[in-house]
Amino acid sequence: MIELTTPITEEQIRGLKVGDEVGISGVIFTGRDAVHKYLHEGGKLPEGVSFEGGVVYHCGPVVMKDEAGDWQVTAAGPTTSIREEPYQGDIMKKFGVRGVIGKGGMGPKTLAACGENGSVYLHGIGGAAQVLAERITKVRNVYFLEKFGSPEAIWELEVDKFPAVVTMDSHGRSLHAEVAEASQAVLEENI
Amino acid sequence: MESLIEIIRRTSAEIPDDVQRSILAALKNEKEGTIAESAMKIIEKNMELAKKKSQPICQDTGSILFYINCPVGFDQLAFGDTARAAVMEATKKGFLRQNSVDSLSGKNDGTNVGPGSPTFHFHQHAKDTVQVRLVLKGGGCENVGAQYSLPNTKLNANRDLDGCRKVILDAVQQAQGKGCGPGILGVCIGGDRATGYDFSKTQFLRDLDDRNDNAELDVLEQDVLNTANKLGIGPMGFGGKTTLLGVKVTAANRLPASFFVSVSYMCWAFRRHGAMLKTDGDIGEWLY
Repeated sequence: MIELTTPITEEQIRGLKVGDEVGISGVIFTGRDAVHKYLHEGGKLPEGVSFEGGVVYHCGPVVMKDEAGDWQVTAAGPTTSIREEPYQGDIMKKFGVRGVIGKGGMGPKTLAACGENGSVYLHGIGGAAQVLAERITKVRNVYFLEKFGSPEAIWELEVDKFPAVVTMDSHGRSLHAEVAEASQAVLEENI
Repeated sequence: MESLIEIIRRTSAEIPDDVQRSILAALKNEKEGTIAESAMKIIEKNMELAKKKSQPICQDTGSILFYINCPVGFDQLAFGDTARAAVMEATKKGFLRQNSVDSLSGKNDGTNVGPGSPTFHFHQHAKDTVQVRLVLKGGGCENVGAQYSLPNTKLNANRDLDGCRKVILDAVQQAQGKGCGPGILGVCIGGDRATGYDFSKTQFLRDLDDRNDNAELDVLEQDVLNTANKLGIGPMGFGGKTTLLGVKVTAANRLPASFFVSVSYMCWAFRRHGAMLKTDGDIGEWLY
């Protein structure tokens, strides 16, 4: 496993390739459908939030307040990323995002932006909400909670060796495109 | 109400035994040292942790689908009220995510109760028992479901079982890893557009290792399963041996003019439980 700590440099990202397993430590921000649409339409990040060198996590966590009144993430796996395809590449470039964690992969526009910007797409394990929640050590803050609702809010999270796999790298390779092409060929032989 | 909260808790946190067995067999089957194997190991650990901590297996606690078998004269209105209250309470306890959004305003009121949530499918039966089954179906897998109208020129699929096979396999190819595979398919051949999808989802109530009573459909199920697992899509679409864990197919009558094949995709986090309720409302026996 390759360990990465935020903020991540372009050089570190350029060193990653499809198939690498990584563990991310530091701070990550959740952001999904509402946040991507909002930022793409010219919306501003909340004060004090920077994605520079950072990691955006496509996730709508289950977050509960404990007895002391602190937020605790109780379930937090990735959501399907392809819905952010219209926005992701531009947001990577505009806000200096180095890594996006999600599931299911993304398309050509995002892959091109990974190359141009020096960014990667990191695949979390879909459905593994408990294993991944255990890697979240602290909720630092939440933004847009009222505006977008809990799953769609920006949650600022401290993470420790959060596991993911590089499935789209900054050198133009996409595991998703490769698997889809190979499986299509096998399908054609079997129908 | 306590019984329904417990059914929700158990469904959200505990993978049914039949599914767990199938996942563990698939894990053994993946090649050592591959990312497919890593993914399956995380899935294995996740099932254990969720059960131990009594927390959601997946943060997307899904569409809340109740299937109720009840005797004639059963008060469906009262059951609906109780179930909605149980859903609200289970949400407060964190067994369900605040997961239901007003489609017009975009507001999420955090209760999980609103038009179409939860949904109830009541079936009367000639017995005096009440059976409540619950399926929690996440959005990632719901989004890769597909409905085909045959004939389909592009896929060279005609109005026969071979045509059905072609479009079902196309749905698997289109889904790739986006539905959180390895997945389980529920399929309905025929029906109208609404009943087609409805019936396809009732296939998820079957035990994963059962066999279809209908010989033709049994052959189709096994064939689609085996062929899909040759495609190499694998867990999470990472490439690998297990693309599907199961295929369940039913058929409904259709109009002469229509021939739909409705495919529902269920993720590996196949959350389905059920219980027989005693006359006092307590849980009698678990159904899975």
